[in-house]
Amino acid sequence: MNETIDQRKFKSITRRELLKLTPALALGAFAIPPFQRRLLKAGLGFSDWASAALFRTHHPAPTFADSELTPFSKFPINDYDVDDPGVDFEKWNLTVTGAVQKPGDYTLAQIQNLPKKTQNTRHVCVEGWDVIGRFAGARLSDFLKLIGADTTARFVMVECADDYYESVDMQTALHPQTLLCYEMYDQPLTREHGAPLRLTIPTKIGYKQAKYLTDLKVANVLPKVGYWEDQGYSYFYGL
Amino acid sequence: MATQALTVVNNKSGQATEAVYEHPYIVRLCHWINTVALFVLIGSGLQIFRAFPSFGPKIPQHNLINWPKSLALGGWLGGALQWHLTFMWIYIATGLLYLGYQIFSGHYKQILFTPRDVPGVWPMARYYFFFGAKPPAKEPYNALQKHAYTTVMVLGVLSVLTGLAIWKPVQFSWLAWMMGGFHLARLWHFIIMWAIVAFIFGHLVMVVLHGWNNFVSMLTGWKKDPEYISK
Repeated sequence: MNETIDQRKFKSITRRELLKLTPALALGAFAIPPFQRRLLKAGLGFSDWASAALFRTHHPAPTFADSELTPFSKFPINDYDVDDPGVDFEKWNLTVTGAVQKPGDYTLAQIQNLPKKTQNTRHVCVEGWDVIGRFAGARLSDFLKLIGADTTARFVMVECADDYYESVDMQTALHPQTLLCYEMYDQPLTREHGAPLRLTIPTKIGYKQAKYLTDLKVANVLPKVGYWEDQGYSYFYGL
Repeated sequence: MATQALTVVNNKSGQATEAVYEHPYIVRLCHWINTVALFVLIGSGLQIFRAFPSFGPKIPQHNLINWPKSLALGGWLGGALQWHLTFMWIYIATGLLYLGYQIFSGHYKQILFTPRDVPGVWPMARYYFFFGAKPPAKEPYNALQKHAYTTVMVLGVLSVLTGLAIWKPVQFSWLAWMMGGFHLARLWHFIIMWAIVAFIFGHLVMVVLHGWNNFVSMLTGWKKDPEYISK
């Protein structure tokens, strides 16, 4: 037999139950502009933290057979302003600064002297498309050894001929599939794809794989993070 | 599962009404947080989709749908990603809390569709869609309701798994592989989203048809005068 109560008492029970839901109203803070900005920044920060925690230094990105490659003619060209910033190949070199024992200018030949690694990996764009490409170059980890980089530093930052800039965490920089890429599809890198040197990082989203590199810096503190990151994109964006 | 019930007596008329505590606190809290989270995730997901509204190759690109910006959230791709990558954690957390609660409290018996419910499907479908007679209600949820709620829970889990496969195709490459590859994972994620939208639509129609007492029960937990209690 049910307990019998009067209407008023029932109302106070249901009102109490309703009030218990008030914590859900905290989500309303997302509708208030100043809070919204901070909350979304914190949410993105948490996602980046989780991404870094999920990243495994020795876990390789999937590699693909030659038959699975996207034809070179269908490999999209994304840039943020120009396809060709007009790099003078004769005068080009990579300027190395920061926490390294041997700073200075490095030629393409010096980079090409390092062991060459060729890999068919997936390039994923933040927009949602992806392609499987064939990339070849020197491991960034080998180059960091060559320049005597302090690998306990937190970041490797690059700057580009088109004023684009990017940075990656040291863990990713040391990943065996992270390349200083100078060849695509067994041909020297073309200008639209970032000649003479670009980053290929199959464990990262596309916008982190900067093209037309001119400067490389090893650092613990970054003056700026990355072109898109500084406009609100994820910093880590590991795949 | 001990269901609490009360007999509420109106002071003036002396009329007695049964009331049943149908929705425990955790279920209600998760329901309303999830309402917001799904709204945000669907809206921002559609804005993300606008950046490449296709499932084929990028070149040549064939836009599948030109989804209107006014029906999306976040303003631009970067903004939408901020919303999506923030609320996915809220969605996952409430999902885990909800499923954990259902399992450990035994409350799931009220809504889980089991083979026992199969005979009840056709009479209920006949009533809803083909003007059949109304089968007598014996428990809080009928066979079709159980089917809908069980399905949407599975969809919820799949929406997270397909999402993880797209977000982390390297770290969770096995997930993408299970879904038939990275391309298909993105397509599944999209299809599952529409299946959830279809559920929400049906859910809202039923809420309107079932009336005020039913709606209030998701706020207070108590349902007055439930039809499955014989008078």
